[in-house]
Amino acid sequence: MTSGVQRASASVPAIVEVGDRSASGGSRHAGLRGRGTQASGASILVHVALYAGFVVMAIPFVWMLLSSFKSTPELRRWPPTWIPQERTTENYRELFSRLDFPRFFLNSTIAALAVTAGNVLLCSLVGYALAKLPFPGKRLLLAVILGSMMIPAFVTFMPLFVFVANMNLTDTRAGLILPFLAGGFGAFLMRQYILGLPDELLDAARVDGAGEFRIFFRIVLPLCGPALATLGVLTFLTNWNSFLWPLVVASSEDMYTLPVALALFSTGQQRSNIALQMAGAVVVVLPVVVLFFAMQRYVIRGIATTGIK
Amino acid sequence: MAGPILVSFVTSFTDMRVTDIRSPFGVGFVGIDNYLDVFADPTFRTAARNTAIYVLFSVPLTIGIGLLVALGLNEGTVRLRNVLRLGYFLPYVTSVVAIAVVWRIILGTDAGLVNGMLDRFGFDGPGWLTDSRYALWSIILMTTWRGLGLQMIIFLAGLQAIPVQFYEAAAVDGATRWQRFRYVTLPSLRPTLLFSTVVASIGLLQFFEEPYVMTQGGPRDSTLSVAFHAFNQFSFGNYGYTAAISYVLFVVIAGLTLLQFRILRERP
Repeated sequence: MTSGVQRASASVPAIVEVGDRSASGGSRHAGLRGRGTQASGASILVHVALYAGFVVMAIPFVWMLLSSFKSTPELRRWPPTWIPQERTTENYRELFSRLDFPRFFLNSTIAALAVTAGNVLLCSLVGYALAKLPFPGKRLLLAVILGSMMIPAFVTFMPLFVFVANMNLTDTRAGLILPFLAGGFGAFLMRQYILGLPDELLDAARVDGAGEFRIFFRIVLPLCGPALATLGVLTFLTNWNSFLWPLVVASSEDMYTLPVALALFSTGQQRSNIALQMAGAVVVVLPVVVLFFAMQRYVIRGIATTGIK
Repeated sequence: MAGPILVSFVTSFTDMRVTDIRSPFGVGFVGIDNYLDVFADPTFRTAARNTAIYVLFSVPLTIGIGLLVALGLNEGTVRLRNVLRLGYFLPYVTSVVAIAVVWRIILGTDAGLVNGMLDRFGFDGPGWLTDSRYALWSIILMTTWRGLGLQMIIFLAGLQAIPVQFYEAAAVDGATRWQRFRYVTLPSLRPTLLFSTVVASIGLLQFFEEPYVMTQGGPRDSTLSVAFHAFNQFSFGNYGYTAAISYVLFVVIAGLTLLQFRILRERP
């Protein structure tokens, strides 16, 4: 990381700071609390409670993974078993050969990637304009963007559906992707970050005769790495998990995303095949878990400040 | 983004149906009829009651437990702090649908893990999702499990923003652990508490996926939420009516948000 980035992120208010400090935050208090030895009994209690809670948090995931390698008869056995007695990959084979899960996986991936790319590009453009360029109506636009973050998604889906239907985009990829290519959250996040970049840097480039797009792509964007990572990973996760909109827009099986397919199969034609549902849940959850573990710093940063999934 | 809110508002005063989708400007205005219908609709009342119970319990539960976990993790001596933090937060980033599918099986009557464990201790577990007395509470339980990690992250950020000097001053004054929490931590967390209450309420008032996957709103509408009811009306093609329900939900969410700002700001 260049010193420019560090300086920039240091002056960005709370927004991108939070996650970083949590790593060192513990040791900050450690000196104060560690002094008293009277805390040791309480400390054991805290540890026991935290680890017990952790086990409760983990059980459904462990159960899901183990059960996905069982057969339905074994899953229905009483009392329930933990470790698969006759381990089988039949559930996964059924998902990927008899059912159309490769297609659903592809649908989910394409939609999530396209929406992520759109947000990363468009939101940083808007964020740059809001942070560094003078234009009429700027404050109003910012207010609208902030306001839009408060509006519950549930209120907007119906008018959005009518709009998309009139453009003949229901049951298409475009219908899944277009409405979410840019969002208030992303624009605000990028604006906050770019606000912290030094003006002198941009002015120097202007003196050298660089146009705004050149400044944006050559100077601003390369300095936005951490903010772009946060925005990118949050957008991907949100879109991968989204349910209501794909459920409404994807009317034919060809357009199902993974959550839609899992929900409809598990409440419909595969209702009794619970082992298959477990494998389906693993397929939906696993990519997210991998991405989350790889990018946890950026996820937690963004979430801590906005609380938006 | 302001557009849909206005469209939704206008639509709620019309008799728009799915058949009008190509000519949205040709629909007839019916005044406040949709709203009158909504409030007279016994199914809506049931859904509103369920949603109220759900929010009234799951918001304090997720915030309370989330705060406790954050306080625990904020102790300087906790080992494997980052692993714990990841574990508590993981459910929140995963798909609600997948989580709900897994929980439906865990809480199931024929092969459920929960009833299996209860059986081992000699208890006969109830139909967690099939008995109308328990279904909503089971969903509240799952929501708490899934949502507390978000609150934990928000509170951890809030806790780390408290200046360490406050605690040093309290230590000099000989404050006990409880007094440090009551007179330093809690007042300093006020803005965080407001933020997390607003975030949790807005999100949870719209709950939909959980009953959709786990109970389909049953048994006997005991887990039907307002959002689910609106979705059903949308599926039946009653767009004007759907808009009215959505708008009632929107007004409640906006009102509640304002109220929370007031309450948490006023008390010094």
